[in-house]
Amino acid sequence: MAKKESNFKNMVIALFVVSFVASATLGFVYELTKEPIRLVEINIKNNAIMSVVPEFDNNPSEDMIRVASGRDSLTLYQATKNGELVGTAVETYTLKGFSGLIKLMVGFAPDGSIIDIAVLEHQETPGLGDKIEKSKDKFSLQFQGKNPADFKLAVTKDNGEVQAITASTISSRAFCDAVQKAYDAYMSSKN
Amino acid sequence: MEYIVIIISAVFVSNIVLAQFLGICPFMGVSNKVPTAVGMTGAVTFVMVIATMVTHLLMQYVLIPLGIDFARTITFILVIASLVQLVEIVLKKVSPPLYQALGIFLPLITTNCAVLGVAVLVGQKEFNLLQGVVFAIGNALGFGLALITFAGIREHLELMNIPKGMRGVPIAFIVAGILALAFMGFAGIV
Amino acid sequence: MNHWKNFSKGFIKDNPVFVLFLGLCPVLGVTTTAINGLGMGLATTFVLTMSSIFVSLIKNFIPDKVRIPCFIVVIATFVTVVELVMKGYLPDLYKSLGLFIPLIVVNCIVLGRAEAFASKNGLLSSILDGLGMGLGFALALTILGAVREILGSGSIFGIKFIPGDGILVFILAPGAFLALGYLIVVMNLVKKRLY
Repeated sequence: MAKKESNFKNMVIALFVVSFVASATLGFVYELTKEPIRLVEINIKNNAIMSVVPEFDNNPSEDMIRVASGRDSLTLYQATKNGELVGTAVETYTLKGFSGLIKLMVGFAPDGSIIDIAVLEHQETPGLGDKIEKSKDKFSLQFQGKNPADFKLAVTKDNGEVQAITASTISSRAFCDAVQKAYDAYMSSKN
Repeated sequence: MEYIVIIISAVFVSNIVLAQFLGICPFMGVSNKVPTAVGMTGAVTFVMVIATMVTHLLMQYVLIPLGIDFARTITFILVIASLVQLVEIVLKKVSPPLYQALGIFLPLITTNCAVLGVAVLVGQKEFNLLQGVVFAIGNALGFGLALITFAGIREHLELMNIPKGMRGVPIAFIVAGILALAFMGFAGIV
Repeated sequence: MNHWKNFSKGFIKDNPVFVLFLGLCPVLGVTTTAINGLGMGLATTFVLTMSSIFVSLIKNFIPDKVRIPCFIVVIATFVTVVELVMKGYLPDLYKSLGLFIPLIVVNCIVLGRAEAFASKNGLLSSILDGLGMGLGFALALTILGAVREILGSGSIFGIKFIPGDGILVFILAPGAFLALGYLIVVMNLVKKRLY
């Protein structure tokens, strides 16, 4: 079969038709997947929040507040049960990880002490920095129940009270940095 | 100061080829001779920097405001394809010998995952325009460093006695692995 | 070329990764586990097959000079479809594959097959070619992923069979290059025996 001739009119028509059909298809699929994607994103958030604060009966994603933190801001999710505040989950981050960004969800009790910490995102080295994950090592468990008001959030090398991961001081330091940021934001939100 | 961190990180710590695995096809294909590697680096740098600028601006001022950021992939690749066409035309006029030397690899810059990858990464890391450009330059330099070093090594490999089953691509990959291992030593300097 | 030969050539004889050395970026980037390799392989197979179908269907309506941009638009559309569907229904895989999902659009295999085969052959041949090459790609990715996962994490498809860590270098960058290099040597031997 003969191919279409490459004159200007044919080229424009071909490009236009292909682009049009492509855009229509994409728009259609986008609408189809919009709701599932939104639900997935809320689910991920809620699962993270649920893992660091006690049982609650509200929807923390709706009870969120943004607090300034340095040049940026952090998001705080308040968990309540029967109207009473049972915990606040702070979504925090640090750029000082060995491989850059580490995102954490820190759960604070109303008195300011840490309930638990979940790792949301990181690119730390497997077998070393990835020990910040609860499933890989007990490192993050040492923060449970500690109140940053009297627990120094720094590794022992920096005169703090945190036992760093062996051979992963940078990742450990970054973790502390993120938790400190979260605590500062939480404290400033109470004022 | 932070710009220096971005550059050192892109060239050494998170080298685009040896740590992020982007740009492997040209890395394997163009790295037999050092001069060709240098030429390729130049072309890639040009495309990468301009592509990053254009795609960043498009993302900020067109795609996100209009709520169609899911069309990112298709828009970015069309920008890159057009830029490569431009480079081809310019190079043909300005330096025909280089154009000949690069051959098929010039249009292949379009499919160079490094170019699209860097454009996408700039969005993910939420850099502003200047940071994005510095990041792109850093990554292009890192690409060049990996490519030219590898070319030098491969030129020597040609003269060596390598087991028959390993000649050509396999030994190249193994050498690349050792090079990647060496680059891991840079981790932690920023 | 008969249909079976057309379909099966992508598995060993013309395996895109081990023989043609195409589409290597995701091969090294996502094969830290077998399941990631398989997921990426299947996603690419989808894009490759659908693109081959559409390119084969429209090949006579596209003027020669604009064929590459048109192919790219077709491929990019399917890649975005895969992106959106994964984001909504397979969020864990979407997170693991990360940056490499949009990079399917520049996977040399996809544009390469569109240009070399689908734009010159009928619909059925193009489907078989796309499917065969895609599955061969998926096979290569899964094998490499399995090797790296077994050696590097001591597990296979997520099921750990040794306590603690394996030879970590295999799930890091250098290990990818090394594992692939040696696998190519093995594949060359296999090819020699079979053909």
